[in-house]
Amino acid sequence: MYHVLSVLVENKPGVLSRVTGLISRRGFNIESLSVGPTEDPTMSRVTAIVVADDVAYEQITKQLHKLISVHKITDLTNDNAIDRELVLYKVNASPERRSEIIEIANIFRAKIVDVGRNSLTIEATGDGPKLKGLEDLLRAYGIKETVRTGTIAMSRSSKE
Amino acid sequence: MSNSVSEPRRTAAAVGAPRGAGSKTPKQGKTMLGAEAVVASLEAEGVDTVFGYPGGQAIKLYDALYDSRQINHVLARHEQGAVHMADGYARSTGRPGVAIVTSGPGATNTVTGIATAYMDSVPLVVITGQVPRAVIGTDSFQESDIVGITMPVVKHSFLLQSTDELTRTIREAFHIAVTGRPGPVLIDVPSDLAGAKMVFEYPDEVNLPSYKPTYRGNAKQVRAACKLIEASKRPLLYVGGGVISANASEELVALSSLMQIPVVTTLMGKGGVPASHLLNLGAVGMHGAKYSNLAMTECDLLITCGARFSDRVTGRLSEFAPFAQVIHIDIDPAEIGKVREAQVPIVGDLKGVLAAMVEQLRKDGAAPADSEWLERIGKWHERYPFYHPNVGDATDEIVPEVVLKKLSDKLDPRASIVTTEVGQHQMWAHQFVDREVPRSFLSSGGLGTMGFGFPAAIGAAVAHPGKTVVCIAGDGSFQMNSQEMATASINGANVKVLILDNRCLGMVHQWQKLFYDKRYSQTLLEPVPDFVKLADAYGWQGRRIADPAQVDAALDEMLASEGPYLLDVAISREQNVYPMVAPGAALDNIMGAIDVAVGAVRTDMPAGAQKPPTVSPCAQLDAQFGGRWEFNPEDVGQRMERSAAEAAGLAQKTAPEAGEEA
Repeated sequence: MYHVLSVLVENKPGVLSRVTGLISRRGFNIESLSVGPTEDPTMSRVTAIVVADDVAYEQITKQLHKLISVHKITDLTNDNAIDRELVLYKVNASPERRSEIIEIANIFRAKIVDVGRNSLTIEATGDGPKLKGLEDLLRAYGIKETVRTGTIAMSRSSKE
Repeated sequence: MSNSVSEPRRTAAAVGAPRGAGSKTPKQGKTMLGAEAVVASLEAEGVDTVFGYPGGQAIKLYDALYDSRQINHVLARHEQGAVHMADGYARSTGRPGVAIVTSGPGATNTVTGIATAYMDSVPLVVITGQVPRAVIGTDSFQESDIVGITMPVVKHSFLLQSTDELTRTIREAFHIAVTGRPGPVLIDVPSDLAGAKMVFEYPDEVNLPSYKPTYRGNAKQVRAACKLIEASKRPLLYVGGGVISANASEELVALSSLMQIPVVTTLMGKGGVPASHLLNLGAVGMHGAKYSNLAMTECDLLITCGARFSDRVTGRLSEFAPFAQVIHIDIDPAEIGKVREAQVPIVGDLKGVLAAMVEQLRKDGAAPADSEWLERIGKWHERYPFYHPNVGDATDEIVPEVVLKKLSDKLDPRASIVTTEVGQHQMWAHQFVDREVPRSFLSSGGLGTMGFGFPAAIGAAVAHPGKTVVCIAGDGSFQMNSQEMATASINGANVKVLILDNRCLGMVHQWQKLFYDKRYSQTLLEPVPDFVKLADAYGWQGRRIADPAQVDAALDEMLASEGPYLLDVAISREQNVYPMVAPGAALDNIMGAIDVAVGAVRTDMPAGAQKPPTVSPCAQLDAQFGGRWEFNPEDVGQRMERSAAEAAGLAQKTAPEAGEEA
C-alpha cells in the first residue's frame, strides 16, 4: 500500500536523518521525499511516500511519533488531500519535432524553460497520474534526463 | 472518578521533575564556564554518582568535576564498562545513570552500553566530549559523529550548539530519560562550549510539546479488560520489565491474588513479582519451565503487562498462545500490535492501570474463575520440575543448577542484588535464583550483551554499599570486561563474581551440539586464564572449586568475604540448559524437560544431536520474521535466475526508447 506521510518536525540539524533513518531501519523504502520550512520557522515539514502494508504502516507511524523531534503526523494518502510534484524533463527535440512537443506541453499546462539545438527542457507540475500521462507521451521522443522534487501534499480545506 | 483519589498521580512532570534542588541550587545565577554549568546541572538534578573516563575533549568537564562535593566519580577502565556501570546503577535504583566520556574513541566505546540500555528501557544520560564546534566535520583528532552513530539506539540525543541552551538541554535529557518508556539520552558537548563563560540558570520545567507520554489508561479500555478477565476461564498474567520500570509490583500481585491469576515472568520482569508469590510460575520462553510454557499455550486470556512478545518468549509466533485473547498494557503505544494483535490495548502507566483494574473488579464483585485451571497448572508444576537429583548428572562433577539453587537459598533476597552476564549461566540464574523484590536482578535481556553483568554489578554495588552484589558469569562473558576488576578494587565495590566455568562459550556450544552436528567452531576457550591468579593480581580474593562437596563452603566463604571476591566454579562443558524450545519451534514443543511421572528423567531429548538438520535453525528463526534472510541454496538459485531475467527485461524496455530519437 502506498502512503503519503506528512510529518511536522522541529527545524533542527539532524532531524531529517532521525526520520528517514527510522523508516529505513524498520525495513521500508522511501519512494519519495521532500522537506521544507513551514509557516512557523521553527518547524519543517517532511512529506514522504512509503510503500507498506497496513500493519507495517501503523508501526512506522507509531515509531515516528516516539521521536521527540516529531510533532505531528498526518496521513495524506486519501482523496481528501491535494498532492503535487514538480518535474523537469530534458527531451530529445530536433528542430522539426519541436512544435509537436510544445503542443503536448501546452495540453498539460507545462512550460518550456530551456531550448537547445536538439533538446527541450519542460517544467511540469501536477499529481502522479497527470505527470505520468505527460511522461508517457514524452517518452516517444526520448527523455534524456528527469529530475523530480518529490511529492508534497496538503489536506483539502473542506476536511479541516 | 473515584480513581483519581486512590490512583497515585503519575504524570510526566511528576515523574520527570529534578530529583535535586533544581533552580534552588546555590549556584543559580552565578557566572561560570560551560563545563562548570554541566556539573552544576548534574548537581541540580540530584546526581550523586557518575561513571566515566576522561580524555582530551572532556578535560574541562573533568576539571569542573574536581570541585564537586556532591558528585562521586567512579573511574572505569573502559568506556563500555562505565556505561554498563551507569546502567547497573540505574536498574538497581530506578534513578537515571550518568556517564561522562571523551570524544572519538571514548564516545564510540559507549555504543554497546547505550544499545544495551535502549533495548531494556533503562534511563541513562551519557555526556560525551566533542571537538570544538569550529572543527566539527573536518576529521579532526578524536572526532566522531557520535550523535549520528548512536541515533538508532538512543531515546533522544542532543548536540549542544550554544551555552544558552546548556541547562535546558540537560533538564530535558533527564526528563526524557526517566519519563514514559525510559531510555538512554546522549548529550554531545563541544569543548569550546565547555570553556565558554555563561550565566547558570537551571530550569525546573521542561517545554516539550511533542513529547507527552500517556500515563493514565483509558477508563473504557480498563472496563473492557475487566470484562474479559471476569469472563475468562484460564487467564494468565505475562509480566515483563515494565512492571519494574513502573514500580507496579504491588498492584500486580493485588490483581493476581484477587482473581487468582497465575503469573509468568520474562527475564526482564524477574523480581517484579516475588518468587514466593504462590501464583508466580516464573521463567517463561525458550528456557522457561515446561509448566509456564504450557500455561502460555493453553490460556484463554493473556494479560500482558509491560512485555513485548520477544521472540525468545513466544517461540513460533503462529502457534503462540493460540486460544488466547490478549489484553496488552504498555506505556509505549508502538509495542501494542507490533508482534501480536491485542483485543484490548491499554496505553498507560502500569501502576495506575493495574490499580484501576483491581478497583473496577472489586466494584464489579468479580470472583476468580473456578479452580480447574490452577489445578491443571499445579499438576504440570509437580510433574515437570526444573531440576531433580535423578537426572543422572555425574556425581563427581559440580552441577550448575545445584550451585545456583544453593546460592539463591543463601542470599537474603531483600539485601542482595544478582546480576548476570549472557549465556547458559544467565538462563540457569533465571531458572534457579529466586528474587523477591524489584530491581534485584539485573540482566541484559534485549541486546544480550556479554560483558554487561560484571560492570553492572559494580554500578549496583556503588549505589547499594550495604547490599551483597553477586555477578553470575561465564568464563567467556567475564573476559569481555574483566579489566573492570581494577575499578572494583579501587572503589571498594563489594562485588562477588561467581564464574560457572566450562571453558567454552556454553550457549553457542550447546546450539552447535544440538543443531550443528557437534561441529564446535570457535567455541572452545581453552586455555582460559587462571582466574584465581587474575583475582590476586587485582587485589581480590579468589578461589577455584571442582568438587561438589566444596560448593557449600565456597559459597559461604564468598558471601562472608570483605570486598571483591571471585569464585571460579568448574562445571562440565556437556551441561546443557534445559528445558529448551528450539529456535523457531512452538512454545509447547519442549526439549529436555524433566518428567517425574517417568522417573524424573529428561524427556523429548533433541534428536538433532545425532543428525544434522536439513534446514538451519537460523533459517527457521528468520522465517518468523518473514524469511528475509532465509538461506536455502535452491531458493537462492531460483532468485538469481529470476533477478537476471528481470534485469534483462528492464534493459530491453528502456534501451529502445532512449535511443529512438537519438
